[in-house]
Amino acid sequence: MMKVVTANRLFDGEVVWLGAGGRWVEDLGEAHVLETKEAEAAALEEGAASADRQEVVDVYSIDVTVEEGMLIPVRFREQIRAAGPTMRLDLGKQARRRENAA
Amino acid sequence: MYRYDEFDREFVLARVAQFSDQVRRRLAGDLTEEQFKPLRLMNGLYLQLHAYMLRVAVPYGTMNAVQMRKLAHIARKYDRGYGHFTTRQNIQFNWPRLDETPEILSELAEVEMHAIQTSGNCIRNVTADHFAGAAADEIADPRVYAEILRQWSSLHPEFSFLPRKFKIAITGAPHDRAAVQVHDIGLQLARNENGETGFIVYVGGGLGRTPMVGRKVRDFLPEADLLAYTEAILRVYNLYGRRDNKYKARIKILVHETGLEELKADIEREFEAIRGGILTLPKDEVDRIEAYFAAPAFKVPGDERLFDAAIETMPGFADFARQNLNAHRQPGYTSLTISLKPIGGAPGDASAEQMEVVADLAEKYGHNEIRVSHEQNLVLPHVLKSDVPAVYQVLKEHGLAEANAGLVTDIIACPGMDYCALATARSIPVAQRISERFGTPERQKEIGDLKIKISGCINACGHHHVGHIGILGVEKKGKEFYQITLGGSADEKSSIGEIVGRGFSYEEVVDAVETVVDTYLNIRNGEEEDFLQAYRRVGEAPFKEALYGTQ
Ligand code: HEM
Ligand code: SF4
Repeated sequence: MMKVVTANRLFDGEVVWLGAGGRWVEDLGEAHVLETKEAEAAALEEGAASADRQEVVDVYSIDVTVEEGMLIPVRFREQIRAAGPTMRLDLGKQARRRENAA
Repeated sequence: MYRYDEFDREFVLARVAQFSDQVRRRLAGDLTEEQFKPLRLMNGLYLQLHAYMLRVAVPYGTMNAVQMRKLAHIARKYDRGYGHFTTRQNIQFNWPRLDETPEILSELAEVEMHAIQTSGNCIRNVTADHFAGAAADEIADPRVYAEILRQWSSLHPEFSFLPRKFKIAITGAPHDRAAVQVHDIGLQLARNENGETGFIVYVGGGLGRTPMVGRKVRDFLPEADLLAYTEAILRVYNLYGRRDNKYKARIKILVHETGLEELKADIEREFEAIRGGILTLPKDEVDRIEAYFAAPAFKVPGDERLFDAAIETMPGFADFARQNLNAHRQPGYTSLTISLKPIGGAPGDASAEQMEVVADLAEKYGHNEIRVSHEQNLVLPHVLKSDVPAVYQVLKEHGLAEANAGLVTDIIACPGMDYCALATARSIPVAQRISERFGTPERQKEIGDLKIKISGCINACGHHHVGHIGILGVEKKGKEFYQITLGGSADEKSSIGEIVGRGFSYEEVVDAVETVVDTYLNIRNGEEEDFLQAYRRVGEAPFKEALYGTQ
């Protein structure tokens, strides 16, 4: 199995994933991949504790896979969440990525 | 237009202060998300896929240039330079930050706007016909009554915790432009034999997972009894409406489960008990509110030869004049629809710059009035016909002159999976692809009046049940899948569309729509018979046959 834990940051709503060392990251590529049930449970607990500290809301885990070396969510909804609106490539995370690439 | 009185102003300012404090306490950790969520929803703030979303009310769809400029300013300063106008005459901002929301609300309050009652189980922003106060066929201005209802319902202690949300719509003319029959209460202004003003009353309409056309409970409700009767309906609903199951909590289910006659009797009994009391609307109160909505000081008609000449000489103007103008009651005037459906665009989206262009035009040519329609377009309700060519020219320079009001590309679409956390499929890109497919002026003209409406899940925010062609996006085995319904309508002869057969993939759905449209073109009795008339004449058989072959 491959999972990551995700949430929205409280103060601005930004989509984030749990990265190494319990840090929330804005780019899925930096998320910490969970490969066992135990790791998932521990990460969800870490996320819940973070929510209790008013850092994030709506903590849950999602399935991911690796395609061409990139981490990709399995569900379409989560793919859009990780990128931005599909008809507005100038908005959301995908826009920042494009800017960085340019 | 309605101006806040002292009470309204203080009420809105107090609410902003209260919400600022709630946000502060949330960020400081004094409120949990569980405690805070209902509070933010009461102020129109949702959490969506990518960010928060703020829904701002445009009461009865009416606003002025200063308010529109404020929306543009908010789009630019706190959001990503645009806003999304919705089927509920609201505007949604898709990227606000929680910590900046109080500031946004206080900026809105400066121009008498707010986000109150745009969410939650209360009586929502009352919607009205977008040609109110202008249409040639109007009996009376529905906004007067919408405002009276707003004042009565705002924070009404008895109705702040209803079983579920409650939506009221009012139309001022026999031709229903406010989809009143698919609202919890639909009011249609009417005159009785003595020439007195009143309402035809419908109850129990709604969309969502159990779509229903409202049932008529009154052929004529006298104006003075509006509040007493509405209160009677709400009391019956509050008492008997189901609270055990959120999917069965709307009044439509109560109407359905109780039966019309029994429910009518309940309402009438409640009404008898309160009629003639303090809820009776005094005539002078109606007059007082009416004065707020007084028509502007109309000018003498201009030189309409300018208009006639433009038809001949200005490229695209003849199409625009045919499609985007609505007959006005004042000689020399017209109401002008500004389409927010450019070919290939996202339905209902407007950039900050476009909002400012519309504000300028309203000031210069439109007596400072702007409307938001439930079809996700904007309207300048009062424009001199002789000024229309000049307005058109400016609109054209800003991508706002699409001559498609009421045509196949004038599509209603909810935000769908591109923004909405509840979605099961995308809707905006489907709208965009259909718009591109049928986008040429010739093709649109050939097809004539046709309403396509798209929702990204069963909640039906995109009104798909009442589209002549409705499209519902669902998820099937992890993929987007689209169900097509035919024959829906949301006017004075409302009907719920019927599912035509198995659904189509994201790739196939536009072809399927084209097949339906081509089938209509083949079977119609001449150009006079529009899609809905043809469908009602022949039923679904030829469409089924064309889509699925003989089975
Ligand atoms: C993006 C956030 C939104 C959320 C979370 C949301 C949620 C919902 C839900 C849960 C329902 C079903 C209610 C029921 O059946 O009891 C509903 C219905 C509806 N919503 Fe939305 N909606 C959203 C956006 C919109 C937008 C953008 C529009 C306008 C374009 C809209 C207009 C409506 C309408 C017209 C209905 C159906 C009418 C009825 O209440 O029967 N909503 N919405
Ligand atoms: S219909 Fe569904 S997808 Fe569309 S806005 Fe409403 S809740 Fe979201």
